[in-house]
Amino acid sequence: MPKDTGIGASTKRREDVRFLTGRGKYTDDIQLTGQAHAAFVRSQVAHGEILSIDTSDAEKMPGVLAIFTGEDFVDVGGNPAGWLINSRDGEPMKEPKRPVLAHGKVRHVGDAYAAVIAETAEQARDAAEAIAADIKELPAVTNMAQALAGAPFVHDEIATNQCFDWGWIEDNRAATDEAIRNAPHVTTLELVNNRLVPNAMEPRASTGDYDPGTGDYTLYTTSQNPHLTRLLISAFVLGIPENKLRVIAPDVGGGFGSKIYHYGEEALVLAAAKKLGRPVRWTATRSESFLTDAHGRDHVTKIELACEKDGTFIAFRTETMANVGAYLSNFSTATPTFLHGTLMAGNYTVPNVYVNVKAVFTNTAPVDAYRGAGRPEATYSIERVIDKAARELGLDPIAIRRKNFVKPDQFPFTSAAGLEYDIGNYDALMDKLEELADFGGFAERRKASEAAGKLRGLGINSYIEACGIAPSNLVGILGSRVGLYDAATVRVNATGNISVMVGAHSHGQGHETAFPQVVGEMLGIDPASVDIVHGDTSKIPFGMGSYGSRSLAVCGSAVVRATEKVIAKAKKIAAHMLEASEADVEFAEGNFTVAGTDKSVSFGEVALKAYIPHNFPLDSVEPGLEETAFYDPANFTYPAGGYACEVEVDPETGKVTVERFTACDDFGNVINPMIVSGQVHGGIGQGIGQALLENTVYDENGQLTSASYMDYAMPRADDLPFYTVDHSCVTPCTHNPLGVKGCGEAGAIGSPPAVVNAVIDALQSGGHNVTHIDMPVSPSRVWAAMNNA
Amino acid sequence: MELNDTRQISAAPEIVWAALLDPEVLKECIPGCQELTGSVEDGFEAVVTQKIGPVKATFKGAVTLSDIVPGQSCTISGEGKGGAAGFAKGGAKVGLTPEAGGTLLTYAVEARVGGKLAQLGSRIIDGVARKLADEFFERFQAAVEGPSEDEPAEETDEDTKKKGWFARALGR
Repeated sequence: MPKDTGIGASTKRREDVRFLTGRGKYTDDIQLTGQAHAAFVRSQVAHGEILSIDTSDAEKMPGVLAIFTGEDFVDVGGNPAGWLINSRDGEPMKEPKRPVLAHGKVRHVGDAYAAVIAETAEQARDAAEAIAADIKELPAVTNMAQALAGAPFVHDEIATNQCFDWGWIEDNRAATDEAIRNAPHVTTLELVNNRLVPNAMEPRASTGDYDPGTGDYTLYTTSQNPHLTRLLISAFVLGIPENKLRVIAPDVGGGFGSKIYHYGEEALVLAAAKKLGRPVRWTATRSESFLTDAHGRDHVTKIELACEKDGTFIAFRTETMANVGAYLSNFSTATPTFLHGTLMAGNYTVPNVYVNVKAVFTNTAPVDAYRGAGRPEATYSIERVIDKAARELGLDPIAIRRKNFVKPDQFPFTSAAGLEYDIGNYDALMDKLEELADFGGFAERRKASEAAGKLRGLGINSYIEACGIAPSNLVGILGSRVGLYDAATVRVNATGNISVMVGAHSHGQGHETAFPQVVGEMLGIDPASVDIVHGDTSKIPFGMGSYGSRSLAVCGSAVVRATEKVIAKAKKIAAHMLEASEADVEFAEGNFTVAGTDKSVSFGEVALKAYIPHNFPLDSVEPGLEETAFYDPANFTYPAGGYACEVEVDPETGKVTVERFTACDDFGNVINPMIVSGQVHGGIGQGIGQALLENTVYDENGQLTSASYMDYAMPRADDLPFYTVDHSCVTPCTHNPLGVKGCGEAGAIGSPPAVVNAVIDALQSGGHNVTHIDMPVSPSRVWAAMNNA
Repeated sequence: MELNDTRQISAAPEIVWAALLDPEVLKECIPGCQELTGSVEDGFEAVVTQKIGPVKATFKGAVTLSDIVPGQSCTISGEGKGGAAGFAKGGAKVGLTPEAGGTLLTYAVEARVGGKLAQLGSRIIDGVARKLADEFFERFQAAVEGPSEDEPAEETDEDTKKKGWFARALGR
């Protein structure tokens, strides 16, 4: 029986009232008195030496207040990488400085080297155009293999384009090589994980404000993690004391990872606001979003799967080149390593895994975490090569996976890639998938497609991911320079309603609805009387924000801990009110009761007493009812799932249409099934977009030629089928209080290999010996593969 | 992008060659050319207005001639900066071979764009470059040859005058 409130209820998202009625308040909606506008001058070449920048004409333009160039920021810090990776030889990664504005050289198209502040946005843009820069174009490098081969170097001072050469786990290398050498069967696959532009609906925007009276700065910005942004600006870039910098991330219209990171524009508007004594604002154009938002994926990979003839896996060996672009974005070094290499055992008991990742600088925009962040790359490689192996060995794709699954009685299971999976049941997911995707009816559907002149294919994927990105002890050992706990304050007001201040940031995830369901359930009160406060460093405790499907598992756990503290304190107050011993007071359904009696007080009465402490045990209990908890988990969480995709391929045109898509996920316990389904829907949409449509193309000169929606194909409603999603297979996470795992990225992780596996299956069914097509599996690529095979 | 083509011109190679080096002819023939000043030796400064897909811009830039083999071949290269619209760079290797009835002009054009032009117009840039090259050599041919006998009837006097002036100036 579905609940209608609290944990497990599909409560409608309260935030949608404002989003759907145009009342959301985004950074660009915030208008400050006396505000000026910034426009950036960006490189048109991918690589160039800045010989001179002449701002004299621009300075005379109407409305111009100030002009900044890279020269103005040589004495401040750079935007740092948040994760230190050491190469196989023990050498630390190369970390060239990433300045606020480019100085000396520009390194990708869109690299900002000057900024104009003017009375209006139009005046700022006009003046930006009048800045005459003499930039000597230098040879650019966009291809990773060429970049590794030598000059030109993106950063001359490091005299290499290799950021690091990482091995995971280096001690397993020899055994893995040996296992592959001796294996009865080895399947090899070379593939590209295509580069993606994040395309948040709301472009990045930032407004800086400075109060000369107090010396306080305020930054309004499109961020997934205001405290992290503040920390980066304070500790690394501008040196503004943290207690003098307030970062507000109001409503944010999508991030997908791209708004985790600190960008130079944020530092620029703050510096400009200080200089002018006026607020300074900037909102990216869509072109700027394409050119400068951190892109996603961009791996070129060779994976080998060694197995017995019966399909028992012996080893996975992977070599990957990961493009980091021209500068290291904040988590760009963690994404291809610890969010990718550690997952390269998949859901399988395979005994040998070795991963080599070379991170490569190129004259392209920085690349960083994008919905899934490393796990889609891992899953895609593993699940594609398994599919190819099954075909080579004449084995059923589901049977080969089941044969190698970690079984329920093996948990906790330490994978050959070093992670300890706490719990899961991959066979149960596959059972559910077989049922819901109606594998039994596939032959009939294929026949019907063939009768219509189409080829039909069925693709399977079985993924695992590491979410709730957190455990500070673990990530610290692995090179993270930040802790990844989260925090929550539960403030019970005198009249009994509640404000919960959280470190997680909601930008589409539905926290404002789901978190109150947890608190309401725990306190036995209506979730509608609980409000979530987020996105403002002056209001919330120091949390680390939202990414890596961590909000509920990490911040939600902090909410639970803080609420438990509230209950513990309330019990003391209730015991006094009831003239009973604290040990005899029980709390259930919003009432404190003396065990075995009908004496009780409600939670609301206790709240009122806490703030009007007449006749209050002040010698043993403080007034007030407000508690804060920081939560740092013991492990990652490990969502897993079985996905099935059915496609039709038109052999005349090569066009692929997704006909059916079924996703069975184990997210542990589910707080709001409707929100979870929505998250999965969105993720699958982005995954199908990657698989069939989206591609980021730089030409050989480093020009971004897919920089508008005319050339960058976003998935549209008619590219996507109605999905069947299920999250009824539940193995609750063993180490967080809610037993939850995280659902934000699963769809984008699980869907690309399912789609491509289905396309290959369709082509094979038509007698085309095609074993791989790189994403996006566009009509021209499919047609070419069919006609060349 | 690259494109190669040939054109038969009913004029002797030395006439074609002289036209090729004449700033007035180049100005007439470069599509959208507003201004062209300078000389073969020092190079030319050009101002060209063009609409490429969604981007209309005025390009200012330098045109240089190099690899000059008098009467036979040269390379014309140019680079134009269009402000916020981006930039265009290109070159044409032009060769002249005498043949019956005139000259065979061969050309190999190479062009590339950057900035907003590349971001918004890359899909159409090949077509645009082809069209502009065709237009240039079309006008060039007309300038050298003068109006042909099968010129369309609706051709105005002014056009005729424009296209034929070089040949007439040379007393053809």
